Amino acid sequence: MASVTYRNVIKKFGEVYAVNNLNIEIADKEFLVLVGPSGCGKTTALRCLAGLEEVTSGEVLIGDQVVNDVPPKDRDIAMVFQSYALYPHMSVFDNMAFGLKLRKVPKDEIKRRVEEAAQILGIEHLLKRKPRELSGGQRQRVAVGRAIVREPKVFLFDEPLSNLDAKLRVQTRAEISKLHQRLQTTFIYVTHDQTEAMTMATRIAVMNKGILQQLDTPQNLYDTPGNLFVAGFIGSPSMNFFPAKLEKADSKLVVKADGFSVNIPDDRAQPYYPLVGKEIIFGIRPEDIHNPTFLPPGIHASNVEAKVDVTELMGNEIFLYLVSGKDSYIARVDPRTRFAIGDKVQVAFNMDKFHIFDPSVDRENPPAVR
Amino acid sequence: MSAKTGFKRQKLFSSLLVNGVLAVICLIWIIPALGVFITSFRNSENLFRSGWWTVFPHRMYVETGEIKLDKSVDVNGIISIEGINTTFEELRNGVMLPDGRKLTWYGNKRTRLIKVSELKWQGFETSLTLKNYRDVLTGKEISFKDGSGQEIIRKGNNLGGAFLNSLAVTIPSTIIPILIAAFAAYGFAWLNFPGRKLFFTIVVALLVVPLQIALVPILQDYTRLNLNGTFLAMWMAHTGFGLPLAVYLLFNYISSLPRDLLESAFIDGASNFTIFTSLILPLSIPALASFAIFQFLWVWNDYLVALVFLGDKARVVTYALASIVGEKGQDWHLLTAGAFVSMILPLTVFFALQRYFVRGLLAGSVKG
Repeated sequence: MASVTYRNVIKKFGEVYAVNNLNIEIADKEFLVLVGPSGCGKTTALRCLAGLEEVTSGEVLIGDQVVNDVPPKDRDIAMVFQSYALYPHMSVFDNMAFGLKLRKVPKDEIKRRVEEAAQILGIEHLLKRKPRELSGGQRQRVAVGRAIVREPKVFLFDEPLSNLDAKLRVQTRAEISKLHQRLQTTFIYVTHDQTEAMTMATRIAVMNKGILQQLDTPQNLYDTPGNLFVAGFIGSPSMNFFPAKLEKADSKLVVKADGFSVNIPDDRAQPYYPLVGKEIIFGIRPEDIHNPTFLPPGIHASNVEAKVDVTELMGNEIFLYLVSGKDSYIARVDPRTRFAIGDKVQVAFNMDKFHIFDPSVDRENPPAVR
Repeated sequence: MSAKTGFKRQKLFSSLLVNGVLAVICLIWIIPALGVFITSFRNSENLFRSGWWTVFPHRMYVETGEIKLDKSVDVNGIISIEGINTTFEELRNGVMLPDGRKLTWYGNKRTRLIKVSELKWQGFETSLTLKNYRDVLTGKEISFKDGSGQEIIRKGNNLGGAFLNSLAVTIPSTIIPILIAAFAAYGFAWLNFPGRKLFFTIVVALLVVPLQIALVPILQDYTRLNLNGTFLAMWMAHTGFGLPLAVYLLFNYISSLPRDLLESAFIDGASNFTIFTSLILPLSIPALASFAIFQFLWVWNDYLVALVFLGDKARVVTYALASIVGEKGQDWHLLTAGAFVSMILPLTVFFALQRYFVRGLLAGSVKG
């Protein structure tokens, strides 16, 4: 059990920055998820912590100890690999016992720990088998089991669910969360899947191009994304963005996009006065666009005219692919909605939940203005 | 419908073609080997009179009678016999009668003897024997008859002793390079040290050095070190010549092992040596076995290195085999038997480890 700290960590491969000035403090017993698109440096950051990569500069701390020069085996960590990395010629028992044997743990202690871990994971009946005789899900459990028996201070997971089928992934996700509850240890988990991040993490670190974009709890990340990248990355389907202009009309702030204009409610207008007259990016999540007929009570709605491009019935909701002017976007609406393809319809934007990004500060990745 | 059958026919045709070509190639290879194999079991007298294929049932002309020409017949003119007119020259070459019999003049003109023969079926040759094998394996006196039935006595070739010498050379010469090469390959594949690429290139570049170039300098060194004619000299020579290929082959295999596996072991607390012994070695068995077969066959069949460094001091199988030819160039029955004795072990090794052999050849080239 220990905290983990990244302090100004830089990792370069040649001239390429894989991790660029990473600063994270991970508290003891936290479940931190590093999430980002492939190539964003999340795995490299994890490997730096594991000791499989040397940092170019900066410090990595486990507890209070700087571990830059500590070899992997002395860092008291355990890692679950994407490929599981089970030793193919050893039985499940030997796979799990390998690390303990190397650490000269007494035989009966090894047996006790392996059996206990196997029982936690429900793989007692597999202990005598070889990895090739196991299914993908079972292999994944063995890989987790191999980490558990070591009783490390920190668990590292490198996309452990990406080789499982969708159903098993959901199930295993819950099990890993339960495992975290039970073991009360620091978990650091790398994934490219924002759903995994949202469902399991106590805090999420979103990374892109080697740079930490935002570090917050899942709910905060979802409600108040710090910039365009985070806003687009978290949430599925992702947030709709419209290039727009902010204007002032009759003491009201108006967002003028290509195909529509919507009013900003007075109680939220305050931070946006400095942006009047400027180009902005207006963002709204699909679930905040409603069918006016089934509007939830007590929201500031603003109607927008749109053409229906495609409808997708999901059962509990309908995805509408809409077009207004040049912009196309997605709405998640009530399943009772009866819009047909090609219809000109009215949809209602929930103006209590919009996001505005200011591209004049950073064209590539505009920060949110609140 | 017709397109489908057309496709089927095309597939059938191509498989026939492939199998046909393979069958022809196999025959070309197998027939001479079969000849050697059969010859080694024939008794020496028969062997000098007829080809090995005559052991199978076949039709041949068998003498059924003879005709003595009367003194009155002029052997220089037309000869009337059995209803046809012919000459001496034609009879010398053999004359066919309308009923299928053949007349052949025996000897010179003065014998006046014509042999009559007919095509008849001959069965399997029944005089096959293991004597050739006994003779070639022993070092004691042996005796056999040559083609004209003359008894020949001479010392045996002692191939049995040579067999043991060959084993003494081959087994260490296979194990030593594997041990060294496996360590080296792991180092080249997974350890970071300055000059890794350069050293590896040098080792692999040594593949192109022809063995013949190195023989004389090594021989001089061995003479100075008093190593000539010892098994140690052979082991060292074969280890040296075998290492580049061994390192290269094992490197290809070991470097293709998944990185995760090694990293996982590192985190589990394994040292490089532990990783080598408990992960790399067991996982590399196919590659190790494949190289072992290569090296074993090459050392077993080697004649040149054995001739130069070992010579007559401890005769290996290839050396003994060569001397069977040398002592009297026509002892085919001994040579063929000897050849098969020398082949037994390589064949056994090959068939026992065949699956590794094929897998090892593919090592590194095919994923999964």
